[in-house]
Amino acid sequence: MNTQSNTVQESALESQRVAPAVLSATRPLYWSVRRELWENRSIYVAPMAVAGVIVFGYLIALIHVPRPIQEMAAHHHDIPHLTFQDPYNVASGFIMGTALIVGVFYCLDALYGERRDRSILFWKSLPVSDLTAVLSKACIALLVLPLITMAITVATHWIMFLLNSAALLARGQSVAALWSQLPLFRMDLALFYHLFSMHVLWWAPIYAWLLLVSAWARRATFLWAFLPPLSVSILEKILFGTSHFTSMLNYRFSGDATVGAATAGSFPFDPNMTHLTPGRFLSIPGLWIGLLIAAALLAAAVQLRRYRDPM
Amino acid sequence: MACIEAHALRKTYGSTVALDNVDLRVDEGRILGLIGPNGAGKTTALNAILGLTPFQGELRVLGRDPWKERDQLMRDVCFIADVAVLPRWMRVSQALEFVDGVHPRFDRAKAEGFLAKTAIKRASRVRELSKGMVMQLHLALVMAIDARLLVLDEPTLGLDILYRKQFYDSLLNDYFDRSRTIVVTTHLVEEVQHVLTDLMFINHGRIVLNCTMEEFESRYAEVKVKPEKLAAAQALKPIQERQVFGRSVLLFDHADRQQLAALGEVRTPSIADLFVAVMGDEKPETAQGAVR
Repeated sequence: MNTQSNTVQESALESQRVAPAVLSATRPLYWSVRRELWENRSIYVAPMAVAGVIVFGYLIALIHVPRPIQEMAAHHHDIPHLTFQDPYNVASGFIMGTALIVGVFYCLDALYGERRDRSILFWKSLPVSDLTAVLSKACIALLVLPLITMAITVATHWIMFLLNSAALLARGQSVAALWSQLPLFRMDLALFYHLFSMHVLWWAPIYAWLLLVSAWARRATFLWAFLPPLSVSILEKILFGTSHFTSMLNYRFSGDATVGAATAGSFPFDPNMTHLTPGRFLSIPGLWIGLLIAAALLAAAVQLRRYRDPM
Repeated sequence: MACIEAHALRKTYGSTVALDNVDLRVDEGRILGLIGPNGAGKTTALNAILGLTPFQGELRVLGRDPWKERDQLMRDVCFIADVAVLPRWMRVSQALEFVDGVHPRFDRAKAEGFLAKTAIKRASRVRELSKGMVMQLHLALVMAIDARLLVLDEPTLGLDILYRKQFYDSLLNDYFDRSRTIVVTTHLVEEVQHVLTDLMFINHGRIVLNCTMEEFESRYAEVKVKPEKLAAAQALKPIQERQVFGRSVLLFDHADRQQLAALGEVRTPSIADLFVAVMGDEKPETAQGAVR
């Protein structure tokens, strides 16, 4: 008994001794991410508010629309899971859309607001490097926000599922069809794949661009983010009559078919997961080029934060 | 040991020269006042020292190049850049938590101790605090950091007289010891006169005067001259003459105190009066030649 607890204590001590070295590198990043969440509560409040509205709307629909399930089931008899799935997909779509908007506005303000209110002078008076500061902001957009979106969507789905079941039971109907045909787990797995492949890896250069603009612009970050790419498209069209840049942007926004974007016919959360082909996804050159560009843009943002004076 | 050492430090913004071949040395354990008119290059000098801006020439702070080794340097250096740079959204408790989280030399208990002497509530946001309270909070955070160099750029600007007095009192009583170095810029020179150990005037990017306060007190003398002795006094080449209530007050550099005593009432001038005398005539070269 004693020896056991001794070993436990020793190993605990051991890990404590190893920890400071690792901690000293990650601690500033951890605290910087936490402070971003303190400052930008909309990162989780906005998707949660939208989820709340969706659940409320769904509840009203369940109460007011009589026998919705049967009617819809009669509609597409051949693919019954779609019937049950529709509202769930709508919920995922709205929550993800909200997260996208929040992400865009967050990134545009992340390195701009601290210069505008001069609080950058406070952040720079602490031993947190520019690299750590920019990385913490990229972490919010590329890691924290997708995870929050995922968690809120899954929670919303389960609440909807329970409400749906309760509504059926209250009417004396069987929940068997719902329970057997709604592939909740697979839907959420597909959602996770979509978030991670599309929102994180594929769109990383877009978020990095927004962060760069916020580190650079003296005002009107939104215009600086969107007008230059638009101008390039227009100029290319006028001067050369081509639209390579536009199609490149389109490709970046809508994604490769293998990314599982909302191309016609294959909704991203198809629970059969036929479109989930990580192997093919990882072999798209555009993915790796995009990630390289993202890294370069973030490196430029770090340098800008270092050189730029507060406004 | 030198805390800050600069040689031929130069910084230009386009065609404007903000720092013009500045040489300076600040030893450890000193409190240096960097005094100069607006646009003299004070803030540029501080920004270079803090690694906030690139520069030409040689500059070492605590033995490091502040621009290239900023990340390591900031563990030993702390600064208050302005009275109003604490993020307005932040709660007092969050500020304590964050600094505690990222700064290896922050003593949270000490900061809590300083805050306990104020009326600042933990749950308040910075935007809800008065300007004086924001300063108290910032000072509490900074004083709880065991830094070797503290840089203050106009730390009391816009504060009322009670807060300003309190600021320097706490800095001297609760923070300063002989192992730390403090560099402070301010326009309110009267308040720092009894705080400083060293004095530096800067104008047009050049150091115009650089002396310890002991040197300052022994070198400069102000005499309220008796009317009948005015001609004799003027013969001793005062660096400045002004009228106070109808009496001539003359400022002397390197004059014999006993000789001066015969002319009238002798006392140590205020930094402000010397500042006006040195800066007012816009002849930095002569003053610089007289120094050291």
